[in-house]
Amino acid sequence: MSEVFEFDKATEKLKLLDAFIETQSAKDEAVISVLHKAQSLFGYLPSELQLHVARKLDVPAAKVYGVVSFYSFFTQEKRGDYTINICMGTACFVKGIDKVMTEFSNQLGIKNKETTADGLFTLNDVRCIGACGLAPVVMINDKVYGHVKAEDVGQIIMDCKEQKGV
Amino acid sequence: MATQRTHIMVCGGTGCVSSNSLEMVDSLKTKLIEKGYQDEITVIKTGCFGFCGQGPIIKIHPDNVFYVKVGMDDIDEIIDEHIIKGRTVSRLLYKEPETHRTLPKHDDMSFYKKQYRIALRNCGLINPEDINEYIAFGGYEALGMALTEYTPEKVIEIVKESGLRGRGGGGFSTGLKWEYTRKPPSDQKYVICNADEGDPGAFMDRSILEGDPHSIIEAMTIAGYAIGASEGIVYIRAEYPLAIKRLEVALDQAREFGLLGKNIFESGFSFDIHIKLGAGAFVCGEETALIHSVEGSRGEPTKKPPFPSVEGYHKKPTSVNNVETFANIPPILTKGAEWFHSIGTEKSKGTKVFALAGKINNVGLVEVPMGTTLREIIYDIGGGIIDGKAFKAVQTGGPSGGVITTADLDTPIDYESLKAIGSMMGSGGMIVMDEDDCMVNIAKFYLDFTQDESCGKCTPCRLGTKRMFEILERITEGKGTMEDIERLRSLGHAIKDSALCGLGQTAPNPVLSTLDYFYDEYIAHIVDKKCPAGACKALAKYKINPVKCIGCSACARVCPVNCIAGKPKEKYVIDEDQCISCGACFTACRFDAVIKP
Repeated sequence: MSEVFEFDKATEKLKLLDAFIETQSAKDEAVISVLHKAQSLFGYLPSELQLHVARKLDVPAAKVYGVVSFYSFFTQEKRGDYTINICMGTACFVKGIDKVMTEFSNQLGIKNKETTADGLFTLNDVRCIGACGLAPVVMINDKVYGHVKAEDVGQIIMDCKEQKGV
Repeated sequence: MATQRTHIMVCGGTGCVSSNSLEMVDSLKTKLIEKGYQDEITVIKTGCFGFCGQGPIIKIHPDNVFYVKVGMDDIDEIIDEHIIKGRTVSRLLYKEPETHRTLPKHDDMSFYKKQYRIALRNCGLINPEDINEYIAFGGYEALGMALTEYTPEKVIEIVKESGLRGRGGGGFSTGLKWEYTRKPPSDQKYVICNADEGDPGAFMDRSILEGDPHSIIEAMTIAGYAIGASEGIVYIRAEYPLAIKRLEVALDQAREFGLLGKNIFESGFSFDIHIKLGAGAFVCGEETALIHSVEGSRGEPTKKPPFPSVEGYHKKPTSVNNVETFANIPPILTKGAEWFHSIGTEKSKGTKVFALAGKINNVGLVEVPMGTTLREIIYDIGGGIIDGKAFKAVQTGGPSGGVITTADLDTPIDYESLKAIGSMMGSGGMIVMDEDDCMVNIAKFYLDFTQDESCGKCTPCRLGTKRMFEILERITEGKGTMEDIERLRSLGHAIKDSALCGLGQTAPNPVLSTLDYFYDEYIAHIVDKKCPAGACKALAKYKINPVKCIGCSACARVCPVNCIAGKPKEKYVIDEDQCISCGACFTACRFDAVIKP
């Protein structure tokens, strides 16, 4: 068993997920919506959770896995408390987002798509988030940071840590 | 309701929200209550003003004063000085970069002067979360007209006559698309709004949904009436949480007002809309891929025909239209096809919204009539290049488009003219590049994007874009050969001819177009092993920092190619043309004066 079902409140989360699945009228069409819900509840989509969704929706597990692996929004790896989304849109690219990425990578000691050992940060490159007026842009969970320079990276990491009380 | 003397409009678009504009709304409200002005002054959170580079923006009516780059600390001054004493806070006004003049009114700014807003008409003007404000500005009037005065055929006729073409990139006649969807007999048809804005660098659809969601709901309902559908779906990117939220609020309000649901305007026509979230795949902007994604599957395209207008969602006739296209529909019905037809060029009618970004002074959303030249957009509206650097090129059409150089700055923009110079309209992203940008590197960036976003269904796109990317990578690392140029060209044309969908067919465009216009830059990378813009790291050379150099001559003595010149006790200089990047000087220097590339 994956640790996803061992967390506290896992049963409650599963109940919420099952209740959501119940509300879906066309089950075979609901795969993406259900996976969105599952990821918002559990944070990621490990294979056990994908199997659970497949059984509940009565669709082949291969189809669920096919969808999960196709779309970049879904993740099969557990993410840190803070997902640092680095915008890789063109506007951010020409304004030097690569330097910001390198700085985050150096300061946190992780590469793109990896999570720090303390489970606090995940570094993730994303497609354009449409805030091109603020390029280069970094989005941490739901908060958008605009005009980010490599010099600002230390402070941004500190802010997150402070918020978490670390 | 007490008579109100002033409205404070605060921009609530994603850009300004991320710079705390929502906290400013709260702070303004608290402050007004403290001072006892809450009855005569209202704070309104609006949609995007478009001038995102100057955000957060606060506009005060009826004084028509436009404050830019407002901070939380400025709120007290705005209330105390402007609202209470009636004195404009001049330090918060916009300063024109070229003339250094302060301009209090937005109509005086060159950024707004040449714009003509149809799709963005309500953005920044109304509170997007209040249906009453949309109605007060003529909202749902077009729907009322369509349902009570026109037959569905008449609606299609008007849209056809207006000359409106798809704003998502394809440029297909919207009226024709509706007609083709209306024709086939079927018990059920669907309207889908494509809000999967995947072009990196374009954000007009997001701004319209955030700033004026009701215009999309109204237009989709009109489309439903015209083609004979009772169900609409908005397929929107999960990456746009604010737009999703505002759309949900708007849908609830429209249902409450009876503008969605059963028997709208007692016409017997019923229509409802629901939202489907995308999950991050560029290819889902292609309509057949989008439909598969709505159906809960992998977003892989299928070959056309059959077109979605015949066999779409659930194998039923479906019309897929883009957000900006829909935003044009209500004004076309209320003002008439002729009015719309009179704007623009011979074959491209109306306006187009462009997302101006990159190395440009005025970053933001601009809506201009078709036929406006790039020079007007970049220099008059955009305020020119940042730091007065030299303009190099502008990329339109995102990863599917190409570059436009100085030579074509005076081309009037429309669907045909852009195609003729090797680019395309696309969804309207416009990335401005200056002398510091390497065009080979930019082409590599786009190919990295497309090869990553390729769904993998057809071989030309799956393997071809990957190989093109690898060749470009070699070139930027200085390992390219002249044969590589030929390979890029022949691969590019092969992919264009044989890929299954629009994504693959247009993927080679950034490479082919930079090969045409910036051939010398490719040669510089391959033959001279140099990156003229200095952007490609692998080709960068060692430099000496004149501040740190004490003139000890250690570097010059170890240089194997004798490319470091200078006299002892003076500053030494590396001749970058001769440098072979061996790093001997870097190791020899004891004063950290040699800069590693």
